[in-house]
Amino acid sequence: MKLEKIKDILQAEVIVGADDLQKEVKMACGCDLMSDVLAFVKSGSILLTGLVNPQCVRTAEVSDIIAICFVRGKKPPNETKKLAEEKNIVLLATDLLLYESCGELYNAGLPGCSEYGEDF
Amino acid sequence: MAEEKRVTRVQELIYELTVSDVMKEDVIAIPVQTKMSELRETLRSNHISGAPIVDGDKLIGIISLQDFIDWLAEGQSDCSISEMMTVDVKTLYIDEPLVNVIDKFDKYGFGRFPVITRRGERLVGILTKGTIVEGLLEKLAITRREEEELRYRTNSIFENIIADKINMNLQYTIVAQDFQRAGGSASGLKKTLKYFNIHPRIVRRVAVATYEAEMNIVIYGNGGEILVKIEPHQIEIVALDSGQGIPDIEKAMQPGYSTAPSWIREMGFGAGMGLANIKKCVDEMSLTSTVGEGTHLKMSINI
Repeated sequence: MKLEKIKDILQAEVIVGADDLQKEVKMACGCDLMSDVLAFVKSGSILLTGLVNPQCVRTAEVSDIIAICFVRGKKPPNETKKLAEEKNIVLLATDLLLYESCGELYNAGLPGCSEYGEDF
Repeated sequence: MAEEKRVTRVQELIYELTVSDVMKEDVIAIPVQTKMSELRETLRSNHISGAPIVDGDKLIGIISLQDFIDWLAEGQSDCSISEMMTVDVKTLYIDEPLVNVIDKFDKYGFGRFPVITRRGERLVGILTKGTIVEGLLEKLAITRREEEELRYRTNSIFENIIADKINMNLQYTIVAQDFQRAGGSASGLKKTLKYFNIHPRIVRRVAVATYEAEMNIVIYGNGGEILVKIEPHQIEIVALDSGQGIPDIEKAMQPGYSTAPSWIREMGFGAGMGLANIKKCVDEMSLTSTVGEGTHLKMSINI
């Protein structure tokens, strides 16, 4: 699913990476615990999280996550934005809650990480 | 003009593979004592249009939907399946190459062949055109993955280095409690490994393991170091700190066990998954720790 479509579904604001909305993500992961993200996420995912500190961008970087969407109306601090620009990670933000955001995307056909096949 | 001869990978596979590579092993065989009236239910419930007939594990015949229709049409009374089955069964041996098998499909026009052992003629599987196609597709997928991995290995930087023993050492310094910079070593290592042309899947495992180890040093370790040794066939990562140490390593390894204070948890860490994650990512791991002196974590990943 294209990030552009995800942005529309979640009525999200683009914080970093406005030129990268044509990128495709294969699946999504909704989680606030970064170690759980590292344990379960597969490359080519979008991460939905309420965590806005720079470590979510680090987590995205090491596990090949393409984009992060912050939920519950949270906005990342400058150091998170700066790191995301540097590491080429797209940042979105929505007012929807985590559960609702996941539900909307799942409903639109974006699978979860455990449903997606082999990790590349 | 000579026609260009190109052997496709599928053609090669037909010569390489044998019946045992592609046959279906959990074959539905019907015991010889079965009545014709019971046959319909067996075929229907298993979604099959025919089945081998066995006496114990020995193949003695084969029956198809056509035989069943013939029996119905003749309006005979119920009888043993052995009276209606085909006795002269065309079979395949388990070690026959696939190329023979394809000839037999052409020659006899059958939809399925029971597979038997050369000695004892035990029924061990069944082969249909469907199982051949599935077997070939699976093999092609594996071959592609192997070729891709080989491509990464042969393009590696190490191919151009001539020495009796090669290793490259990298060192990263980790500052305690510095959450702005935490993860920088894992990030730097990941970027560096790209130049070695190591498979992205392996790079990702190294990065995740290093990141978790780095976060542990930042949170508990009172600062420390990450030492990386890159060799042609493996990457070794050692995470050292002089922090508080781990009193019970077995407990610390349990997924979900954590001693993290709440402010660490608020940062998204301290869920007790770090060491369990590391174990999942690496091929070998050893952890030693002395309370009050520090922790030594050694991990290695095969390339």
